[in-house]
Order: sequence, then C-alpha cells, then structure tokens
Amino acid sequence: MIGQRSESGRAVGTYCLAGVGILAVSISVVVAIGPARVGVTDAWSVVLSRLGLAEVELSPLRAGIVWDLRLPRALLAAICGAGLAVCGAVMQALLRNPLADPFVLGVSSGASTGAVAVVVLGVGGGALSISSGAFVGAVVSFALVLLLSQTLGGTTERVVLSGVAAMQLFSSLTSFIVLTSGDAETTRGVLFWLLGSLSSAAWSEVALCALVLAGVLAVCLGYARTLDAFAFGAEAAATLGVAVARTRVVLLCATALLTAALVSAAGAIGFVGLVLPHAARALVGANHGRLLPVTAVVGAVFLVWIDTLARTVLEPQEVPVGVVTSLIGVPAFVVVLYRTRRAT
Amino acid sequence: MSGGQAGLSADRVSRTAGGRLILDTVSVTPAAGSTVGVLGPNGSGKSTLLRLLAGVLAPTSGLVTLDDQPLPEWGRRRLAKRVAVVQQQADTQVELSVRDVVSLGRIPHRGPWSPISAEDHAVVAAALVDTGLADKADRAWQTLSGGERQRAQIARALVQQPRELLLDEPTNHLDIQYQLDLLTLISRLPLTTIVALHDLNLAAMYCDQLVVLNRGSVVAVGTPRAVLTVELLAEVYGVRAEIEHPETDGPPHVRFLGVLGQ
Repeated sequence: MIGQRSESGRAVGTYCLAGVGILAVSISVVVAIGPARVGVTDAWSVVLSRLGLAEVELSPLRAGIVWDLRLPRALLAAICGAGLAVCGAVMQALLRNPLADPFVLGVSSGASTGAVAVVVLGVGGGALSISSGAFVGAVVSFALVLLLSQTLGGTTERVVLSGVAAMQLFSSLTSFIVLTSGDAETTRGVLFWLLGSLSSAAWSEVALCALVLAGVLAVCLGYARTLDAFAFGAEAAATLGVAVARTRVVLLCATALLTAALVSAAGAIGFVGLVLPHAARALVGANHGRLLPVTAVVGAVFLVWIDTLARTVLEPQEVPVGVVTSLIGVPAFVVVLYRTRRAT
Repeated sequence: MSGGQAGLSADRVSRTAGGRLILDTVSVTPAAGSTVGVLGPNGSGKSTLLRLLAGVLAPTSGLVTLDDQPLPEWGRRRLAKRVAVVQQQADTQVELSVRDVVSLGRIPHRGPWSPISAEDHAVVAAALVDTGLADKADRAWQTLSGGERQRAQIARALVQQPRELLLDEPTNHLDIQYQLDLLTLISRLPLTTIVALHDLNLAAMYCDQLVVLNRGSVVAVGTPRAVLTVELLAEVYGVRAEIEHPETDGPPHVRFLGVLGQ
C-alpha cells in the first residue's frame, strides 16, 4: 500500500515533469508559428542572444518579432492559462461547487467594467491605464461579492449566488457604458479586449503576472491539504482542525488578486478556470497537493495552443482567444453538468 | 465546575439561535471510555449539543471543557487530534477513494508542507482494517453503500487518533443489519463515545449511559435500565409503551403500544 502511494506520488512528479517539458516544447514551437517565417532553432538563437549567451544570426526585424511579440505572448498565455486554471480549482474546492471559477464569482466582469470605465469614460484622466482600471474593477467587484454574501448569511451557495449577481450587474454596466458613451472605434477595441486577447502582451505584463502567479501558487500549495479537508463541507473541515473563515478569506483574496492581474493583462478569458481543473482531476484525482501543480501545467499548455490557434486560424485576422476558449469550453461545460447530474 | 475532570464536559451550556432557546442549561460529563447515547425527539437539541461538544458551535452561555480546559483555548488542530466527529450522512461531490477519505483524518497531524509519512500510512491502514474496509480501500466513495460510507467516516475519525468520538445519528437511513453492525463497531472502540440516536432499543443495547433531551433540556440521565421508563416515554415522546426487563443483565426492551390518549 505504501508502495502504491509513493508510486502515485511518482506518477504526479512524472506528469508535472512531462507537462513542463511539453510546455517548453510548445512555447518553442508556437514562437515559430505565424506569418513571418522563423524556424524553431532561429527562435531559440534569438532568445539565447538576448540572454547574452550567443550571437544573433537573424535580421533585427525577425529577432524583434520573436523577442518582442511572440515570446512574451506565448509566456503570457502560459501564465494566464496556469493562473486561471488554478483559481478555478481553488474556488471549486473552497466553495464546494464544481461550477465555480473567476467568471462565476464576478471578478472578471468587474475587471471589464473597470477597463471600460478607463478607456471609454476616461476615468482617472489618463493617469490610469486600462490594466490598472481592470485591476481596480476586479477588486471592487470581489469586495462587493464578499460583502453581499456575508450580509446574506455567508454560506458557500450565497457566495456563488452573489457572484452571479455581481457578474450580471457589471456586465450590464459595461454594456451601458460602451453603448452610451463609446464611439465606434473605441467600442470595437474594447469589445475585442473584453473577449480576451493576448495580442498586446509585453514583457512588463509577463513579469508582473509571473510574479503574482508564483506568489499565489505558493500560498495555494501551502493550503493544499486544507482544501482537501473541505471535501465534506466547512463544518467537517473545522472538525479536522481547519480555520475555515481564515482559509476562505486568504484563498479567495489570493485568487481574486491573481484573476485581477491576469484579466488586466489579457482581458476576460473565459472557461479556462471552469473546465481545466476538471480535466486535471480526471488525470490525477482530487488530492490538491497533486491537483494544483498539474492543473497549472495543463492550463498553461492549453492556453498556449489555443492562443496560437486564435491568432492563426483566420490569418491575418485574429480571433479573440476568449472566443476560442468559450467555443471549446461550452461543450466541456455541458459534459461537466452531465457528469454532476449522474453523480447525484 | 468540578476539578480534575478528564475528558469532555459540558457545564450548564445554553444555545440560542434566532431568538429561540435550542439548548437550556445542559450539563453532560461522560465517563472515560464509556458509550453515551443522546436521545430525544426531533428538534430536542441532540445535534446542537454534539456540535457544542465538538467546538464547531460556541455556547451562548456555559462552558465546554476538555481535560478542564475550555475548548476555545485548545486550538483547532490540537482539538482535532483529541475529538473526532462523524456527521449525519456526510457526502461529497468530489471524486475520492475510500483511502482518500480515511486519509483526511491525518490532516491535523501533518504540517502544511510535510509529505505523507510512514506513520500516516500505518495509521490509515490500521483504521481500514479495524472498520472492515481493507478490501475496499481503492473503491470510489460514490459507489459505497450508506453503511460503508459511515464505516469510512468512522475510519477517518479513528485516523485522527482521538480519545473522544462524537457521532450524530450515524445509523440514520441504514438497513437494520448495518445499524447493528455499525453500533457494535462503535461500542467496542476504546474511546469515550457520545452518539445521538433515534432508536431507543438500539440505544439500550449499545450504550452504557443515556442522556434524554426534551425541548433543549436534559430530562433524564443514567443507565438504560434507569432511564427508559413508561413515564419518561409518555412525557418526552407522547407514547404509551411497555418496558420489558430481562432476568439477566441484558438491556431493557421497549415495546410501543400507541400514541398517548388513543
């Protein structure tokens, strides 16, 4: 039996290692994909030269395409995929709801409203960027959800219901602002961003999001066992020695922070947080010490490829990545619903 | 408060919820190693009493102590290593194996980053054997019968290595065979066990002491023989009954005759 458990421990290590390998290969491959032909080895030589380890053999234009456009974009896709998937896994465990994710809890909608307020209404008088607007919006929306759910009784169902209410409220606010105040040009730009897009990825955003992801992931892994304890509900967790209220506050704030950072960098990319934790659970089971790292890797690989698909499928036109994730996510959502229906 | 009281003790605890008195100055002090049955009609406060003893609810007044120290001073994790709880019909949508569920009981024993130790494995394996689940360890929780689920929850509780075990109507909705089977298991555990029960005859068979609650107050405490009387059943449950006392030391048997006044 002990052998069995350490075997499954090895299996997880293998999954993670294989996943990171696949992720590295994926990123190397996708930076070579696009209208400007750049080989995989050329792409790597650019990276090595920028790190001071080799000489550039490519034209500055192509080197710039790899280093300034494709590589940060692929990395941001990986970070967003990993981060959103981990947020979903944590929220689903914490709220005991298989459908919880940053969208359902209204965080993404709040971020969208914040961004629109900055771009269309000019809130902040130019001092605020679209990202910081989104960040403020996400935090405000999440604070509202927590306040509302506390007022309504503080149970997990109330948190989810409050999230849905906030999502509706902020979506309507966003539409209202866009439709009443935006000119056609801004409206189009904002709508594109609202659907989720990694096209404006810059190194500064990659660095910030990577930092937040690393911090939040570390916190969540520290709470992995505590999340396991929530399987039979908050009261059962309490009798296992878990400080339920503190755990909820810490983890919900951490995931809201991460969501805010990701949405402000890449817009509202839907369904990653909802669907990928379920895929990861099918691979390694529900133990969060194993589930969270695997979810992160699966999410990263998934979004790297989805984004590549989004920017190449209708070349030269780009499809918002959120549209592609939703096109894939909705059928997956139905499968999740179908499975939970059978389980009860 | 009496000094030198080992184990769990509720001292004149009351609990009000929504302006309604759910428990009214209840005192319970189970003897170490005994099985105490908590009886009473629906809404008499059985679950609330157990939740106060488990420390998941705070009494509105009065004090619950463990080894003479008030529960809030114990700290959650330290308390979880002393007092384990089996809830009424615990269920989950998470896909877990029996071993996963039982292993949850090790959570209070492990630090946030420490891996599973050989001791953890040994304790889980022993609890699976003790509850007769060794051959079902890799079964999915969702495929278990009601009786097997309760066994798995008891195994999980044992893995916490408690000295006090609280169970809230563990035999609800089980077939009679599983009820007897489960209560035999519970009454043989070398722990101080407090179990809320519905069935008076099962309580008489398996408990050393009974505490009877009615509308939030204790109306009788003692051995099954002393507690289960025609008058008490009339007063608390509103039923007519006969109590048969066997010649030997066996438990009394309640035979219901009808509703009072009919």
